[in-house]
Amino acid sequence: MARYDRAITVFSPDGHLFQVEYALEAVRKGNAAVGVRGTDTIVLGVEKKSTVKLQDSRSVRKIVSLDNHIALACAGLKADARVLINRARIECQSHRLTVEDPVTVEYITRYIAGLQQKYTQSGGVRPFGLSTLIVGFDPYTGVPSLYQTDPSGTFSAWKANATGRNSNSMREFLEKNYKETSGQETIKLAIRALLEVVESGGKNIEVAVMTREKGLKQLDEAEIDAMVAEIEAEKAAAEAAKKGPPKET
Amino acid sequence: MKLDTSGLESTSPFFGSGDELCPELSAAPSFSLPLSTDDTKATLKHAKGTTTLAFIFKEGVMVAADSRASMGGYISSQSVKKIIEINPYMLGTMAGGAADCQFWHRNLGIKCRLHELANKRRISVTGASKLLANILYSYRGMGLSVGTMIAGWDETGPGLYYVDSEGGRLKGTRFSVGSGSPYAYGVLDSGYKFDMSIEEAAELARRAIYHATFRDAASGGVASVYYVGPNGWKKLSGDDVGELHYHYYPVTPSTVEQEMAEVAGA
Repeated sequence: MARYDRAITVFSPDGHLFQVEYALEAVRKGNAAVGVRGTDTIVLGVEKKSTVKLQDSRSVRKIVSLDNHIALACAGLKADARVLINRARIECQSHRLTVEDPVTVEYITRYIAGLQQKYTQSGGVRPFGLSTLIVGFDPYTGVPSLYQTDPSGTFSAWKANATGRNSNSMREFLEKNYKETSGQETIKLAIRALLEVVESGGKNIEVAVMTREKGLKQLDEAEIDAMVAEIEAEKAAAEAAKKGPPKET
Repeated sequence: MKLDTSGLESTSPFFGSGDELCPELSAAPSFSLPLSTDDTKATLKHAKGTTTLAFIFKEGVMVAADSRASMGGYISSQSVKKIIEINPYMLGTMAGGAADCQFWHRNLGIKCRLHELANKRRISVTGASKLLANILYSYRGMGLSVGTMIAGWDETGPGLYYVDSEGGRLKGTRFSVGSGSPYAYGVLDSGYKFDMSIEEAAELARRAIYHATFRDAASGGVASVYYVGPNGWKKLSGDDVGELHYHYYPVTPSTVEQEMAEVAGA
């Protein structure tokens, strides 16, 4: 261990950590992911690259659960994600064992962010190349939360956020259209944000919904297609309403 | 055996607690920790000479203890604080090795405070007792002597746990620990009702300690009674058990003595 202490992540003369910034580049190339927090529902959506024909799509779940009440979606290097997720899952159980209580969303986010930071300040390692969106309900107060972490190890809470490919456009869309929603409305908002940057269709997006009572539920293709159809119909109706009235008079 | 050295971290930073990328414990200390044999235990002779008790009732938790420290047959102190204030809403009781109890309770207080700062909410009594139990378990067999009760009030209401140096941890509503505990249990169990007022519960606790100090040679001094309620703990009383004796069994002057008193006055 002692021989590998030549740090890879070192400061540049103007105060940048280039390895961390390159890691952020890797995130920007990863698939799009969006998270929206409602009053009683939290939705995670991830872009799915068109399924390679022979691949079993069920083995590439991009939205995973860390515990009964916490879920995570990420953008970036999937192999790094696997390692981070495993450590987070162990920490969730370890916390249950040592204090007989489930973790809060903030706690596990802090843990994951702390882990990501450690790898920016240790010898012989590179930072994790992924940003995560962590959602869940507080086990006592039942308050929903959405957090985001990034390769530098910073984290913060969000009402809605996006990461990965074209995250800026998704975030702009969310900023324009975000309002306090619940239930189906929250899911629609998340899907609409994703559809801004992803080809329409149930087979290109993966959506999971978390509620306090039922925990994490992955929507299947049919359900997603149904919602997408609803959204398209609403969009068409809105377009028609804009063009309609002048002609009627 | 993997040792939970988190209790020693602040005092010994050179135990390689720096670059930890793998979730393993830091390197072992440079000396080999001794395993306690029967010889060691006999030499130290921590006969848990004390009486402490705690019980949950309608209004919260009542905690009481005596204040005698004994080394074999020698009473080394009559004024030991056996109820340790971990933080404003949690108390711990001391039975066994005084140094062990004091150190680990203080350490627990530090851990509880750090938990509060990191998580922006108080630690539960369940969590605090589990932290202590895990530490004591990792030192199992090395000669620690701790028989403690963790009493507190958290979001779920009043909580009471018994934790000992064998690594045991029990949740309960009534506990008494120490050499005087059988006597205390007798009074406590026969007088206990869930629906007691704070004064009634305090009187029950006081009487139980008193009776234990009366019969057990290793218990005595001052009977302290603490109450833990929704706003934290409060010390209710600290009565010398010698005085309590005359309070419960006042000396009634008999006729012969009265005559002698009159004669002396005349």
